[in-house]
Amino acid sequence: MPADHRDEHLMNLELLLTMAASFDESRLALTGADGRSLTTGQLLAAAGGAGALLRHEGGARVVYLGPNGLPFAVALFGSVAARLPFVPLNYRLADTQLGAIVTHDELAVASTEQAERLGRLGARSVIDAADLVDDAVDTQPWLGAPPVDPDDVALLLHTSGTTAAPKAAVLRHRHLAAYVIGTVEFGSAGPEEAALLSVPPYHIAGVMNLLSNLYMGRRVVYLDAFDPRRWLELVRQQSITHAMVVPTMLARIVAVLGDVPAETPSLRTISYGGANMPASVIDKALHLFPHVAFANAYGLTETSSTVAVLGPEDHRLALTSDDPVVQARLGSVGRPLPGVEIEIRDDQGRPCAAGVSGDIYVRGEQVAGEYVGTGGASESWFATRDRGHVDEGGYVFVEGRADDTIIRGGENIAPAEIEEVLLTHGEVADCAVVGIEDLEWGQRIAAAVVLVPGAASAPEDIRSFARERLRGSKTPDLVVVVDELPYTDTGKLLRKVVRHQLSRSTV
Amino acid sequence: MELTAGSRWKSAVSETEVVVVRPVAGDHTLGCGGAVMVPAGTDAPGDEIDPNLAGPTLLGKRYEDEASGLEVLCSKGGEGTLTFDGSALVLKSAKPLPSSD
Repeated sequence: MPADHRDEHLMNLELLLTMAASFDESRLALTGADGRSLTTGQLLAAAGGAGALLRHEGGARVVYLGPNGLPFAVALFGSVAARLPFVPLNYRLADTQLGAIVTHDELAVASTEQAERLGRLGARSVIDAADLVDDAVDTQPWLGAPPVDPDDVALLLHTSGTTAAPKAAVLRHRHLAAYVIGTVEFGSAGPEEAALLSVPPYHIAGVMNLLSNLYMGRRVVYLDAFDPRRWLELVRQQSITHAMVVPTMLARIVAVLGDVPAETPSLRTISYGGANMPASVIDKALHLFPHVAFANAYGLTETSSTVAVLGPEDHRLALTSDDPVVQARLGSVGRPLPGVEIEIRDDQGRPCAAGVSGDIYVRGEQVAGEYVGTGGASESWFATRDRGHVDEGGYVFVEGRADDTIIRGGENIAPAEIEEVLLTHGEVADCAVVGIEDLEWGQRIAAAVVLVPGAASAPEDIRSFARERLRGSKTPDLVVVVDELPYTDTGKLLRKVVRHQLSRSTV
Repeated sequence: MELTAGSRWKSAVSETEVVVVRPVAGDHTLGCGGAVMVPAGTDAPGDEIDPNLAGPTLLGKRYEDEASGLEVLCSKGGEGTLTFDGSALVLKSAKPLPSSD
């Protein structure tokens, strides 16, 4: 036996696709934004052809800068077939950021609009995403491909960098495969099942959703550019049974529906994650989608997506229970997945008791915690840099990024706690609480507040409202009414932008 | 045979193929339908299946030997019960999990 004695699930993405195709090669795997579909057998064939095309171009990595849809899946599995890491990128990256990533070692699959840019920035060669699927189907696979080593890098994902400069997370085949085989029951989906995927391709959830659904035998329907009306239309048109959204998407769907329940008889579950979900949004969603089961997933790029889930039963219990502890769990991310451990640690690195806030650490086979240039995690526990606590039933509550914690007069204050209170004000539609520099306190608490249309609350009214419900030291020192808050397209609040705006508004 | 993590094995009596997802150290025998399995990609001898070990092995299911901790994933379904050093592997029960995907 070789030196490798790790007790781990070892598989690779090629095997996942091969298995899906051998389960039922005529089952539809994907439906693109243009309505074109591929069966699992066609996807397997296209992946092989794309692998040969990519191999032929040379290069060390495959950069993807194209739409969410068939070309994305074919490029991903084509990269696997070519034995090259796949690097989906955000097309919104500025030239300077993109230029720092793209070298002559990169070959690219890109939409026509992005192709010229990539060529200019020095990519080795660029394949038009629009032609990839047809060209791949017509190409013979690379016959000399060596077996996939589970330790090979499958995916490089540039984290959103809401608190720091973006960095590339390294995910190896064994991490991604461990997540899929550890959490998904193979071939368990009925032939009528279809998942609507509107998360961008450069987001970990976009990749893992594709892999999980393929493995369980559920068709993936792509929505390229999210629009709430189009989302509802597709759910009805394509008889969607499952959908995954980020909180901002659900907020926009709920806003479009108003008070009219969604007529989406095929829809069974909506899962959400990727950012904090305001209680007001999930509350409205539960009423507008009365027959839909909701699941809240917590995960990070570095953990191959989901590590904890608040399932439909938890949602129902929280809504119907008289026990305040159970009710509060609607604001949690549920319990860890099988095979995943979550630990809360204090600032000395010691485990915290139930109910005590600290830093969230995660361990499991799907957890990578490795970045380009820094090597792997030094210990098996990965520091998420999220703050949170676990209740006595093992439910995990995420309080926000450690970097966002406000330290006012030596007291640690989680912005989420104050935001939750402000959002219960009837005229507050959205808000963001940040710490801004203060000579006396170190930091002061500042809140940017978006009012509901037609509302006229003054900042002082909102401060009074907060003061009645929070301790004085947690009452925002400054409240500023703004038109909107800055979010990334996956629904993450850009706190540094808010902090910058609020710091300026005080001088 | 050495059942290393990620190693792939093919039945000598049927189409069945498995991947080792949880390895065990040392020299052991992985069987299917009463015959020793061969490395995937090599020609199967086409042995006769033992009628007492004819139960099917199902694609996508995980099978384990609880005593040793060995776990394999069936990557190609077929006839034949899987065995580890002569004792039958058992189907690993799927944990009910709310789908987040």
